[in-house]
Amino acid sequence: MSQLLEIKDLSVTFDASIPAVQRLSLRINRGETVALVGESGSGKSVSALSVLRLLDERHASYPSGEIVFHGEDMLKASQKRLRQIRGRQISMIFQEPMTSLNPLHTVEKQISETLALHKGMRGPQARSRCIELLELVGIPSPEERLNSYPHQLSGGQKQRVMIAMALANEPDLLIADEPTTALDVTVQKQVLELLKDLQHKLGMAILLITHDLSIVRRYADHVVVMERGLLVEEAPTRTLFEDPQHPYTRRLLDAEPPASPSGAMVNNKALLDVDSLDVRFITRKSLLGKPKAWFQAVEKVSFSLNQGETLGIVGESGSGKTTIGHALLKLTGSTGSIRLAGEELSHLDQKAFRPWRSRIQIVFQDPFGSLSPRMSVAEIIREGLEIHAPATPEEQDRKVVQSLDDVGLDPDARHRYPHEFSGGQRQRIAIARALVLQPELIILDEPTSALDRTVQKQVITLLRDLQDKYGLSYVFISHDLSVVRALSHKLLVLKNGRVVEYGEASGIFSAPQHEYTRELLGAALFYTR
Amino acid sequence: MTVVKLTPIQQRRLANFRKNRRGFWSLWVFLALFGLSLIAELIANDVPLVTYYKGDLYFPVVESVPEETFGGFLPTEADYRDSFIADEIEANGWMIWPPIRFSYNTTNYNLEVPSPAPPSTENWIGTDDQGRDVAARVIYGFRISVLFGLILTILSCIVGVIVGAIQGFYGGKIDLIGQRFIEVWSGLPVLYLLIILSSIVQPNFWWLLGIMLLFSWMGLVDVVRAEFLRARNFEYVKAARALGLGNRKIMFRHILPNAMVATLTFLPFILTGAITGLTSLDFLGFGLPSGSPSLGELIAQGKSNLHAPWLGISAFISLSIMLTLLVFVGEAVRDAFDPRKN
Repeated sequence: MSQLLEIKDLSVTFDASIPAVQRLSLRINRGETVALVGESGSGKSVSALSVLRLLDERHASYPSGEIVFHGEDMLKASQKRLRQIRGRQISMIFQEPMTSLNPLHTVEKQISETLALHKGMRGPQARSRCIELLELVGIPSPEERLNSYPHQLSGGQKQRVMIAMALANEPDLLIADEPTTALDVTVQKQVLELLKDLQHKLGMAILLITHDLSIVRRYADHVVVMERGLLVEEAPTRTLFEDPQHPYTRRLLDAEPPASPSGAMVNNKALLDVDSLDVRFITRKSLLGKPKAWFQAVEKVSFSLNQGETLGIVGESGSGKTTIGHALLKLTGSTGSIRLAGEELSHLDQKAFRPWRSRIQIVFQDPFGSLSPRMSVAEIIREGLEIHAPATPEEQDRKVVQSLDDVGLDPDARHRYPHEFSGGQRQRIAIARALVLQPELIILDEPTSALDRTVQKQVITLLRDLQDKYGLSYVFISHDLSVVRALSHKLLVLKNGRVVEYGEASGIFSAPQHEYTRELLGAALFYTR
Repeated sequence: MTVVKLTPIQQRRLANFRKNRRGFWSLWVFLALFGLSLIAELIANDVPLVTYYKGDLYFPVVESVPEETFGGFLPTEADYRDSFIADEIEANGWMIWPPIRFSYNTTNYNLEVPSPAPPSTENWIGTDDQGRDVAARVIYGFRISVLFGLILTILSCIVGVIVGAIQGFYGGKIDLIGQRFIEVWSGLPVLYLLIILSSIVQPNFWWLLGIMLLFSWMGLVDVVRAEFLRARNFEYVKAARALGLGNRKIMFRHILPNAMVATLTFLPFILTGAITGLTSLDFLGFGLPSGSPSLGELIAQGKSNLHAPWLGISAFISLSIMLTLLVFVGEAVRDAFDPRKN
């Protein structure tokens, strides 16, 4: 195979601080898929962006190295030459399909822009090429779609349009920067399959940047592992997975969470009993305030949960899983019955519900948004105590230290501020805030989806340990089935606000009954086998 | 209690504020000028600071000493500028005068030219058309402008933040009604209201403050409202609600600190707006009661006495220095709160 791109000895620094990428060397052959793997901050995106010189060069500089594409050093190329290469010979697709399409332009305009730029194609010629491209990326009835605006497309369709734009000029190299992280698992699988398919058809090379090793295993030919800007290991995919050399690679590979929950504290005392829960959001009202149209976010959902047990709620985005969590906490209005330890909660108003809040707590998805940036860790954790368990400052401090200890953080950290902590540590703080009130039920709303794989595993282990120690019950909301499997005793599969399947987790994982569950499992466990 | 501990964010902001040298020095110059104007009675006054007369010490600045004490005939307060009393005291003791021997309302009857008199050794920047010392009037006028501006700014901040917070936090109907009310309210002509009012009551400092406050609070509402609308959906606000915090505590502890950034950035500009507001009312003659020291009135005098340029020029210079300093401080504050600067 002939060599297409070679990066030699590349270093990248920002504002003369520590290099973000140090002496990276890699090569990509024609028609090959190379995966660049690492955790956030490992420099994988920076390396990819520097291939096209897309970094902001007022801050970024390249102290050493060269990037040779077709025998030409990109680092020495003029801006004019770079513009000729970008989008024509090397294309890129980005992580966030929501923001990488211009919301004011139609699909046709976005795609034909690159056609006009590089090939001078205009009018009916460009239009037929657009239709051809949309067909290629599998968008149904492409002629009608040409006049759609991005907001009229689903996430997966947007990513397909992005791919169509990237492929418009049949590039030799496609750089895909986490192309599927923002997508649901089933869509993720479709998009990756599409890319692989197109690669065969067009014979292009792909530089795939990802943190998800299961994707790498399935789709890459060659893997480059990066840690803190350094290349730590490089091997053909099969060799790397079978015989990882570097300890960091081994750690990444070991980060797969365990396959079944622990059951140490499960007993048969019912804790939570939810019966035909309904949540609807009113979208239009009549003049007199009577609802005229609404969006049914959750419809007739029933489940129950015993002490020490975990209920996993899975579903794709928009399926209403987060809404159920919010409804349980009365953060959003609902109808139907919610019983905690035999007591009916659904009719309580905010004030009457307040004493119950210490018994149900929540941990949110985004560890950066869920901690008040202007409060120290101790203040954050203590806040709930001030309401539910007023005590002397010493007593409160002791409880804060205890809960920090429980989540595996140094108690001295309580005098610092959230921004000084990493994502995983912040999530631990959020768990400590919930834990300090000694709740019986914690609602975990995608607590691991914003974290790196290795950190994810640590948080899951922590949650399992805490469940064993205190006999907590969890409602675990996630779209990541491998994480759900590691914690859940029961499983609730949601689609469009309705329960598709509900029962023992082990049963559903081994023998899914419903078509949709099968599809979901097929897309997710696909990688882990 | 420990000394106020600055969070790292606050420390960074302070450092950013200091880094803007112009704003930093403007703040100090402004504070010095304002501090001096607060003790204007000791700088420009028509009574001596200390009087020593026949073995007794008097402090006419803070006490009222009857003329009889100094050998006069009247039981009213002594006129130290009267040559009879002055000579009597000088003969039997001494007097220490402030640097400017006029208060804002002292008429200089010893002028050698008809008023407005040009600058002289006695009246440093001349007198106005009623023979009053311009320097003294500028100092007192500066004080009243800044005090008016500060009080109005603080009060309109309080009202504006509260209204904005309630609108943004509760949203929905409250927000809708509030916004419509503000739209109608801001359409009312302030100037006509003041003109009508001045025909009913004699507007004094507090009347003016009240009327200006009725309309000035709206400036901040939009900013604070937007911040609250944004922040009420943040996860840490939801987390606080899940902990059982009441609305008021969530607003105060979790959202207000974020909204304060926008408010503080606006503050110096509201202050300058309040000062120019008062000045223009004075200029038009609908402001402070006649006789009070006011920069606006000085400008009006400058306009009607074009042959006495010291009136217009001194009002212009003092106003422009004050406003420039405040704008520079405001820019530095804006820099300090800019999250993109580190």
